[in-house]
Amino acid sequence: MSTDALLNVRGLHAGYGETEILRGIDLVVGAGDIVAVLGSNGAGKSTLNLAISGLVAAREGSIEFDGRFIHDASPAAIVAAGLVHVPEGRRIFPNMSVADNLDLGSYRRASSQRAANRERVFAMFPRLRERASQRAGTLSGGEQQMLAIGRGLMAEPKLLILDEPSLGLSPLLVEEMFAMILRLNKDGLAVLLVEQNVVQSLDIVHRGYILEHGSFVISGSAADIRSDANLKRAFLGL
Amino acid sequence: MHLNILFPAIINGLLMGAIYALIALGLTLVYGVLHIINFAHGALLTAALFAAFFLHKLFGIDPYLAVFILVPAFFTLGYGLQRFVVGPASHGNDGNILLVTLGLAVVIENMLLYAFRADTRTIDVKYAFDVVPFAGMFLSVPRLAGFAGAVVVALLLWLLLTRTDTGKAIRAVAKEKLGAQLSGIDVAHIYAVTFGLGAACVAIAACLLIPTYYVNPNVGNAFVLIAFTTVVLGGMGSIPGALIGGLFVGVVESLSGLYLGESLGQIGIFVMFILVLLFRPSGLLGERA
Repeated sequence: MSTDALLNVRGLHAGYGETEILRGIDLVVGAGDIVAVLGSNGAGKSTLNLAISGLVAAREGSIEFDGRFIHDASPAAIVAAGLVHVPEGRRIFPNMSVADNLDLGSYRRASSQRAANRERVFAMFPRLRERASQRAGTLSGGEQQMLAIGRGLMAEPKLLILDEPSLGLSPLLVEEMFAMILRLNKDGLAVLLVEQNVVQSLDIVHRGYILEHGSFVISGSAADIRSDANLKRAFLGL
Repeated sequence: MHLNILFPAIINGLLMGAIYALIALGLTLVYGVLHIINFAHGALLTAALFAAFFLHKLFGIDPYLAVFILVPAFFTLGYGLQRFVVGPASHGNDGNILLVTLGLAVVIENMLLYAFRADTRTIDVKYAFDVVPFAGMFLSVPRLAGFAGAVVVALLLWLLLTRTDTGKAIRAVAKEKLGAQLSGIDVAHIYAVTFGLGAACVAIAACLLIPTYYVNPNVGNAFVLIAFTTVVLGGMGSIPGALIGGLFVGVVESLSGLYLGESLGQIGIFVMFILVLLFRPSGLLGERA
């Protein structure tokens, strides 16, 4: 079956060594969609992201992106196809300037549009422009998160995966961050938001999946999930 | 001691130190990015000296022109070694990489020994003993060429690392591998490029050395011991550190040779090495761990 979905994950199993983390994941993100994968620590969220990005091997199942199967592709080829993952913990290059960090965002893709895209990122995050020549390791946590997202946008992604973008930010900054993600989506970018922050995530996404012990226990529209009685159980173990 | 003797000794130390710096540059680059000591560095230097020797002997190619042949050749050799031997054989374990490079060194040295025996060889170029007068001294032309070559290489390397995408990717991989992979940087390729650059540095050093030096299957070891010292002195992985460390080691060696006698010159290096490590364990320009 072929779908119009931008990202179509089917029956995905993945893990490390003897340990199986993901046990049959089915996930769809359409073009222009904004979708949340929610789950507590250890549910398998980061493994799912790493598997989609080609850094953890898929043991079973398939991952289709933009009409091509990518579950055997290298991480570089997946970025080249337009699937960009902004990882948990930001993973910026601390020894390099903000400008160099952004340049490397377009290392594999959209390098001919580098100047224009950098201008776009600076317009979105004026703080980064002020600190363009500063070493990225000296930025505050919020600024580092902006830089990580900015670096991802430099590749002109078709789908942006955001892993825990609100982690470690002050409540005010979290609100700003979610507003910014919503704005990116309104401009047409498909977003897969992977978060622990259930309430605020459900406020901005169309659909969501709740991940527990490596498989989705609930899925549906944001409204459906919010009213689901199992939600509390998935998060609080009640 | 009289300045007429002291000053030339310092200048000569700087000239030799530039070659040490060049060898250390390759070693520190590989350490900074792959986080391993490349034990095959000395063997690669020996191989490059043999290559420069035979290019001159068999084809009459001047060692300074041989740079343009040996740099691409050794870059390719280094790239291939990392991509197809060191990388796959190490299975991602740094301890294994160390052993694989050590094994490579043994293989390369013994292949050279088998092929060319333990004879020490020198080449004859007509400028080997040329000197130029400078501030009342006479400086060796080949050593000046070595110094200039080392400075140019350091400058080119700096431009590569700060101005090109490949160079920035090398620096990115050095500090943040996962972030680099998710930016679409092929880490195996960057590792191999870095290893290739290290081998290319050694090839240049060989071309600059051979007019005034000799080659035998063990010659690289003496240099690489000094290069290790230089890298640790300057700060592991620091490129300016390798440069300053190399020049510093050259001067210390020259001065202790002057005061203690030529054969004891290297004692000074290791005394200085111990002192620096006692008072500044991260090296002169190293970052604190």
